[in-house]
Amino acid sequence: MIRNHVLICGGTGCTSGKSRNIYERFNTLIAENNLTGEVQSVMTGCFGLCALGPVVVVYPEGAFYSQVKEADVDEIVSEHIIKGRIVKRLLYQETVKEGEDGVSSLSETSFYKKQMRLALRNCGVINPENIEEYIAYDGYAALAKALTEMTPQQVVDTLKASGLRGRGGAGFPTGNKWQFAKDVPGDTKYVCCNADEGDPGAFMDRSVLEGDPHAVLEAMAIAGYAIGSDQGYIYVRAEYPIAVARLEVAIKQAKEYGLLGDNIFGTGFNFDVEIRLGAGAFVCGEETALMTSIEGNRGEPRPRPPFPAVKGLFAKPTILNNVETYANVPQIILKGSEWFSAIGTEKSKGTKVFALGGKIQNTGLVEVPMGTTLRTIIEDIGGGIPNGKKFKSAQTGGPSGGCIPASLIDIAIDYESLLAIGSMMGSGGLIVMDEDSCMVDIAKFFLEFTVEESCGKCTPCRIGTKRLLELLEKVTNGSATLATLEEMERLCYYIKDNSLCGLGQTAPNPVLSTLKYFKDEYLAHVTEKRCPAGVCKKLISFKINEKCVGCTLCARKCPVSAINGKVKEKHMIDKEKCIKCGVCAENCKFKAIDRV
Amino acid sequence: MAKIKLTKAPFKGTESQERELRAALVEIKKRKGAVMPALQKAQEIYGYLPIEVQTILAGVLEVPVEEVFGVATFYSQFTLNPRGEYNVSVCMGTACYVKGAGEVLDSIKVQLGIEPDECSADGRFSLNATRCIGCCGLAPVMTINDNVYGKVSVNDLEKILNNY
Repeated sequence: MIRNHVLICGGTGCTSGKSRNIYERFNTLIAENNLTGEVQSVMTGCFGLCALGPVVVVYPEGAFYSQVKEADVDEIVSEHIIKGRIVKRLLYQETVKEGEDGVSSLSETSFYKKQMRLALRNCGVINPENIEEYIAYDGYAALAKALTEMTPQQVVDTLKASGLRGRGGAGFPTGNKWQFAKDVPGDTKYVCCNADEGDPGAFMDRSVLEGDPHAVLEAMAIAGYAIGSDQGYIYVRAEYPIAVARLEVAIKQAKEYGLLGDNIFGTGFNFDVEIRLGAGAFVCGEETALMTSIEGNRGEPRPRPPFPAVKGLFAKPTILNNVETYANVPQIILKGSEWFSAIGTEKSKGTKVFALGGKIQNTGLVEVPMGTTLRTIIEDIGGGIPNGKKFKSAQTGGPSGGCIPASLIDIAIDYESLLAIGSMMGSGGLIVMDEDSCMVDIAKFFLEFTVEESCGKCTPCRIGTKRLLELLEKVTNGSATLATLEEMERLCYYIKDNSLCGLGQTAPNPVLSTLKYFKDEYLAHVTEKRCPAGVCKKLISFKINEKCVGCTLCARKCPVSAINGKVKEKHMIDKEKCIKCGVCAENCKFKAIDRV
Repeated sequence: MAKIKLTKAPFKGTESQERELRAALVEIKKRKGAVMPALQKAQEIYGYLPIEVQTILAGVLEVPVEEVFGVATFYSQFTLNPRGEYNVSVCMGTACYVKGAGEVLDSIKVQLGIEPDECSADGRFSLNATRCIGCCGLAPVMTINDNVYGKVSVNDLEKILNNY
């Protein structure tokens, strides 16, 4: 009889914090104390609260231990597991309750309270490498229901009625997409899953694949049944080794259990899934480019029409959905379209997962109902901005999205409202910035990204983004004029209107949205030759002030030996040599170095 | 598009590496769209994709070598240059960038004396600016081979690099 379950987060964030060593230490101690059979340790998917990783949860108490080190494991085993005394010093602060062994429930903490976990429901709950745990949580029941009780058209109709829209960014209604592919005649059709999460700073799809890979496989099989396909492809980033490994395990187990392969549930329906590894090209997140890449070519997009539903992978009818979209499908089939459409707003149904990062207290993965305000996400769930700084902007949609200013913090997040303010939902990256971030620099950061990732096929994107970046560089190095800003805006609309695929059509968004909401910052760069946030290197310099006592620390720390001075005398910075790295200011104990 | 940098280091592939590659290609050739999986396998064996390796691959798969070169140079994960004994990767995802990854990268460039995608003359260090590796909770993040360093500040770099 198992009396304690020890759940250890095996997501990428916690694994980077050496959670595998923690897992192994638990196993060693469980064996040494003859607790095998009484205490079970499990490596799960992501809990979401990455800022506090590595995370360990011990049941039945539900004690949530945060920032656990390998050396702490001995204490958890000897105190909590053997003597039943919770180790309060390691508990996540918010769950500590007064009293002898008090822990309050995790779902009551401010990070989790306003969340609603549908796509992430099994992440951090089940062992993703054990299909039986997935089955115990209703896994593959939706596939059984679809195959034995529903016609393919009923499956499509259920999805249409649910209002589920693509979670990859554009928000196309999933049911309609499936209907198109279903209606095209043909013996060979394909079901593809887009797991090429290219937005820098987003890791929703990776967490679903790491924490609940079977949900995606089940949904793909349901899609195969609905449109009449027997072959699926998952295109996943090679940068996600843990996700790839768990998918491989999941596919193997599903085949062993007869839930993938031939004659599933004895219904005569066949479905197989193959994994294809991407190789690091952002444009391959675009549907036609992804398919070109699976075909083994340079991942360049193709003009549409013909749409993939008519002529997609290997020129056959194909549907492509992203990981998070699929993760919602089994529950919709099982619980019905009305259950799903009751969540969210009028046009955006269900929930959305966001990867919350940047200058925010609770970095991690959050899932909220559509229509939740940005303020709730940042202040309540995210715990606000660290170090007493002020919230300046939130960036959604990655290189295709825009920057939302602090004045719009009460916006309800759904597809339409984000588009209306010049950003977009995107796949779910949500990067928070404080007053130390320069918005011109952020726009430049994204443009550098799109210039590098433009595939080069169409001219407006290949040359246009490069020219736009050059104009931005003029702004950040102080050589721009007001006419430069006008030229930038014109070029932005030209690129948007004339590019072949989504990459180019959305590439100017970071520039346009910052020009719209942070015009004063651009003007400071252009007219005053000043970077208000103190980021743009050409426009700042470091100076040593009168507080300098001549401790020589800065001179020793400077990586390029640009600081001179005698002991106990005021030092000087050689501007010719200085690379403006800021190490001196960071190290000075007397606040004697100014960034001007 | 990224500029293509080609290595001047002589090719040091061994016969056993070539045997391993040719054996693997027999299976890979049967799959639809084989060029990418083939390149991934080749990079796993050789560590990088010099033109000599691309030529072997093109021969076995019966596709023009320029097509192989086209695919190899399109994806950032394929590298045409050998990596150093210690490969330093600095995450340049947005979360890391707003937390100062740019300064970390600049400082490493100075300390190692190499630019991204280059390898030091003694072959010990190579440097990469990578896309998001997905542990944004630890931002800014860098990795040296399989070791992950989180919440890196410019101050820590000397100490970290001295471990290697």
